[in-house]
Amino acid sequence: MRVTFPHMGTCSIALQALLENLGLDVVPPPPITGKTLAIGAQYSPECVCLPFKVNIGNYIEAAENGADTVIMAGGIGPCRFGYYAELQREILQDLGLNVNMLVLEPPLGMITEIWHKLSPLANGNSFAKVAEIFYFAWRLGKSLDHVEQTLNRLRAVEMLPGACDRIWNDTLRTVGKTRTFRELRESAQHIDWMIKTLPIRQQKPLKVGVVGEIYMLLEPKVNLEFEKRLGRMGIEVHRSLYLSDWVCEHLLPEPRAKLHARKVKRAAAPYLRGHVGGHGLETIGHSVLYANEGIDGIIQVLPLTCMPEIVAQSILPRISKDFSLPIMTLILDEHSGEAGLQTRLEAFVDMLHTRQAIATGVEHRAK
Amino acid sequence: MVTIGVPRALLYYIYFPMWQRFLTDLGCKVVLSPPTNERILNLGTQATVDEVCAPVKVAFGHVLDLADKVDYVFVPRLVSVEPRAYICPKLMGLPDMVKHSGNKMPELLSPDVDLSRGKMSIARALSEARHTLGKSVWPTLRAFYLSLGENHKVEQRLMSGLTPEEAFHGTAWRRTPGVRMKVAVLGHPYNVYDPVLSMSLIEQLRRSGVDVVTAEMLPQHKIDVGLQGLSKELFWTLSKKVLGAGLYFVKTPREVDGIIVLSSFGCGLESLIADLLERNARRSEFPFMHLIGDEHSGEAGVVTRVEAFIDMVKGRSEHASNISSHGNLQHRPTSTT
Repeated sequence: MRVTFPHMGTCSIALQALLENLGLDVVPPPPITGKTLAIGAQYSPECVCLPFKVNIGNYIEAAENGADTVIMAGGIGPCRFGYYAELQREILQDLGLNVNMLVLEPPLGMITEIWHKLSPLANGNSFAKVAEIFYFAWRLGKSLDHVEQTLNRLRAVEMLPGACDRIWNDTLRTVGKTRTFRELRESAQHIDWMIKTLPIRQQKPLKVGVVGEIYMLLEPKVNLEFEKRLGRMGIEVHRSLYLSDWVCEHLLPEPRAKLHARKVKRAAAPYLRGHVGGHGLETIGHSVLYANEGIDGIIQVLPLTCMPEIVAQSILPRISKDFSLPIMTLILDEHSGEAGLQTRLEAFVDMLHTRQAIATGVEHRAK
Repeated sequence: MVTIGVPRALLYYIYFPMWQRFLTDLGCKVVLSPPTNERILNLGTQATVDEVCAPVKVAFGHVLDLADKVDYVFVPRLVSVEPRAYICPKLMGLPDMVKHSGNKMPELLSPDVDLSRGKMSIARALSEARHTLGKSVWPTLRAFYLSLGENHKVEQRLMSGLTPEEAFHGTAWRRTPGVRMKVAVLGHPYNVYDPVLSMSLIEQLRRSGVDVVTAEMLPQHKIDVGLQGLSKELFWTLSKKVLGAGLYFVKTPREVDGIIVLSSFGCGLESLIADLLERNARRSEFPFMHLIGDEHSGEAGVVTRVEAFIDMVKGRSEHASNISSHGNLQHRPTSTT
């Protein structure tokens, strides 16, 4: 069994560590490129959302490298992600690829169901060993998220342009490749030291909150690294969703994450009464929370035709008006071009600077 | 007397008899918006963000059309009508989208119905409606129980081949003599039966002497036959009906001669379901066409495509020589290879 998985930002790094530690033969899909998108778009339904198309591209490219089993998550709706795997299986079958899909569905009944589903992946490891391996992957994912979160803030005030990007690349190269707790601790400490000694300017940058669909937020190759672009323009980026938050809230018995989810839901309540699938409710809730925290602007990111985010998009103008807060919606698909994105981000940032200048009476000097 | 407007859009095509009985029994006057027309479509398009699908835009248009004529507009928040299945994310957010769209919107009567979490949610929905309208408990419960039977009453008429509009309002359609073909038109009811969104597809087919069957005209047991053998149960009520009916027709080829799926651009459910159905139809070499419409669709293009589809289906049954008139052999029956 040669297993592969779809890319999803840092998630796939943690997943790769998990599978390799289980002793499986892992064939990671090649990094997402324009070719991946082109292949994906060619074999997917026309109107399906972008993550689906990228997944298909990943599977086909991984299959070319010899993968024969795809690990994919399922779901119970109403977001269409829950039915992705069923159609993807048919597409691979119609293409004549000999690829088996292993879909991890949330258990409907007993929790032990999960163990039965996962047993082919456990590869003969004992339960305790599997638990330890899962815990390692979780720690790895969490430390990656921590570094990314810090860098998203610091990029705005770095003295040497590109210093934060270099640290991030180092993180992926060192922390991302660790397979034991000891290695992870050591390389994470090293990265921490690099972050602490990073020369920064003493100034308060503008803050932008990022909300939206989880895949588009997590996968930098697909969202055209818009967070880094904002950072380079001197904007402190606050992202509402990291993978570890999602895992905390949905997979672990973590009371703090559950409380946070309740807080988000309560913040959204005046605008959206209940969940609409995906992260639509979270988009609204986080936007309101950001607005209360005094953020300078919000960017919503979604793939074209994303149903839950369209509901959120329809309501965001009201939040923008109520809190007098600029909100921009970025809709991306396989045709999105970098130049167009860069122009829109620059215009948005310019507008934020102008607003600040009007409010404070101090004109902004370019970085 | 309180007047309540019901938009002739979205789930009206499924639940109107029930809604009407419930509201009139409660002593309200029900005002129905007119069939979708150009003006309503434009009203809706201007009131929504671009990305929203055409049926939701039309629904906005109907709400705005009713705005000045009634006290409340009935826009229920239907999350789920059966366990483990939802309606659609956009319809789940519809009342909030209407409320916060930034236009001057009328008062909404929008009870929450979420049967995925058990039947008690009906009680909450009823009490919500009761408080808004200022009615007491017993008349509300009575009206609710009486309204439950209403949908079964029209079922008979639907099964006989009438569309929901004809079944609800008692208008009948006279079959053109000399019918030789039967085509299934599948899709969400608010696309298939809306005169503007469907560009009168059913009318057009009937005028060309084609009998039309839709998912609403199929009894539940046939739809269940279609859904058997799916590797994973669908979690969308509307898609269950479309895919179930489609797969049933593919499995029992003599029932209809072809399938037309009508969906709107940007529909998340149909983007997966129509493709799944198309793959199944292609494997059994069953005539299949997928029409995707939006608020800009031109009728001429649809007319041409439907005519070509009818010709193709006719050609298959009448002179199936399988010899291509030009170029390479396009189709070879599996039996001869």
